[in-house]
Amino acid sequence: MTTRDIVFVAVGVVTALSALLSVTTKHVVHAALWLLVSLGSLAGAYLVLGQELVGLVQLLVYVGAIVVLVLFALMLTRAPIGPHAEIDTPWWQRAAGAVLGAATTALLASLLLPLLSGATVDLDAPAATTPRIAQAVFGTWVWPFELLSVLLLVALVGAFAVSRLVLHREDPAADGAVRRAEGVRR
Amino acid sequence: MNLVLAPWLEVVLRALAVLVAFLVLPLLVGQTEHKVMAHMQGRLGPMYAGGFHGWAQLVADGVKFVQKEDITPARADRQVFRLAPFVALIPYLVALAVIPLSPKVVGATVDASVVLVLAVIGVGIIGTLMAGWASANKYSLLGAMRAAAQLVSYELPMVLAVASVALAAGTLSLVGIGNAWNPWWLLWQLPGAVVFLVSALAELQRPPFDMPLADSEIVFGAFTEYTGLRFAFFLLAEYAGIVVMSLLFAVLFLGGWHGPFEPWVGWVWTLLKGFLVAVVVIWLRVSWPRMREDQLQRLAWVWLVPMALFQLAITAVGVVVFPR
Repeated sequence: MTTRDIVFVAVGVVTALSALLSVTTKHVVHAALWLLVSLGSLAGAYLVLGQELVGLVQLLVYVGAIVVLVLFALMLTRAPIGPHAEIDTPWWQRAAGAVLGAATTALLASLLLPLLSGATVDLDAPAATTPRIAQAVFGTWVWPFELLSVLLLVALVGAFAVSRLVLHREDPAADGAVRRAEGVRR
Repeated sequence: MNLVLAPWLEVVLRALAVLVAFLVLPLLVGQTEHKVMAHMQGRLGPMYAGGFHGWAQLVADGVKFVQKEDITPARADRQVFRLAPFVALIPYLVALAVIPLSPKVVGATVDASVVLVLAVIGVGIIGTLMAGWASANKYSLLGAMRAAAQLVSYELPMVLAVASVALAAGTLSLVGIGNAWNPWWLLWQLPGAVVFLVSALAELQRPPFDMPLADSEIVFGAFTEYTGLRFAFFLLAEYAGIVVMSLLFAVLFLGGWHGPFEPWVGWVWTLLKGFLVAVVVIWLRVSWPRMREDQLQRLAWVWLVPMALFQLAITAVGVVVFPR
C-alpha cells in the first residue's frame, strides 16, 4: 500500500459518503452542499490519478453548476431551514428513486468494470495529457458532448415548467405564471 | 541560491511563507484603502493607532473583532452558518499558494495553475451563498442570491479573458504565461485586460459591483447576521481576494516579474505591479456609484462576454499569424 493508495481510498470514501448523504438528507440546500463535497472530492480522486486538468475543470465547472443548482432550489421551493412536509417526497417515490439509482449503478458497473478492470496507468511517469484530452473532447466526442449540453438544457426548462405548475395550481394570484409557463411549452 | 532542504522542511517553510503573505498582504491593502480613500475624500483617515499615520489601525480592529461576542441566530442552520466564513476564506489561501511572484518565488508549482486559481475562486462564493441561506434572514438571502447571480454572470467573461492569455502563451501554467509575456501584450491583450479587471471587481463584490452587500437597502447582504471573528473572516476574505486578483492581473497582463534587474528582484516587480492594481481597485471604489442589479447583469452579458469573445478571436488570429 503506497501513500497514493491511502489518499485515493480516503478521497473515494469521502466521495461515496457525501454522495449518499446528498440523496438521503431531507434539507434541499444540504443536499446541494453535500453534492458539492462529493463532486469536489471526485476532483481530488482525478488529481490522485494524475489527471490534473480533468480534476481542475471538474472543480471549475461543477462549483458554478452547484451555485446555479442552489439558486434554483431556493427559487423553486422557497428552501426553508429544516425539513419541510410540503416539499417532502412520499415513500413510493423514494423507493422508485432507490431502484432507479441502483439499476443505473448496476448498468454502469457492468459496462465499465469489465472494460477498465485490466487498465493500468504509470503515475510516476506523467504524460502531457492536456492536448490528448482536448483532441478527444473536440474531435472524437464532439457530437455526444454537444448533445449532452442540449439534454441538460431541456431538463432545466422542464424542471422549471413542472415546478411552477405544481406549486401554483390552487393559488389564483399566480394564474399568470401558470399561463406563462404553458405558453413557454407551446 | 543552491540551498538544499529536506523535502518536509521545504514544504513546511513554503506553507508558512504563504500563510504569512496571506495574513500580511490583505492588511496592507486594507490600510492602503483607509488612507487612499481618506485622502481622495479630503480626510486624513486613521491617525492614532500605533503612532505613525495610524499604521496599527487594522491590528486594533482585529483585536476588537476577537473580543466581540460570536452570535449564531436562534433559527439559523447552525452548522452551515458557522462553516460559511471558512468556505469563503480558504479558497483565497489556496489561490495565493500557486500565484508566482517570480519563476522561483512561488508557494507550490502546479502545471495548470491558472485553472486552479479560477476554480478555487469560484468555491469562495459558495461561502457567501451558505452564509446568506443559513442566516434565516431575508436580507441575507437576497444578498446571497445577488452574489450567486453575479458570480454566474461574471465568471464566464473572466474565464474567457484568461483563456485568451493562456492561448497567447500556449500554456496553462502561470509561470509559463509570465515568462511568455512581452510588452506587445499590453496592446494585444488590452480588451481582455479590461474584461478581466471588471469581472474581477464583480467577483470580489467591490464597488461599483457591491449590489450583494448594498448597505443602504439590504443591510449588509449575506453577512448581516455575522459578528465578531466570523465577520472579520469575511472581511479578510474580501481583502485577500483583492490581493489574489491584483497579483493575478499583474502576472497575466502586466508581465509580473519582467523589469530591470529581473533575476534578482523579479518578485518585487510582481508585488509592485500587483499593489498598483490594488490601488486602482480602491480608486474605483471611491469614484463610482453602485450599479443597479439589472445594469450589472446587462454589463456582463451585453458588453463583457462579446468583448471577451472578440479578444479570444484576435488572440487566435495573432497566434496563427505570428507563431512564436
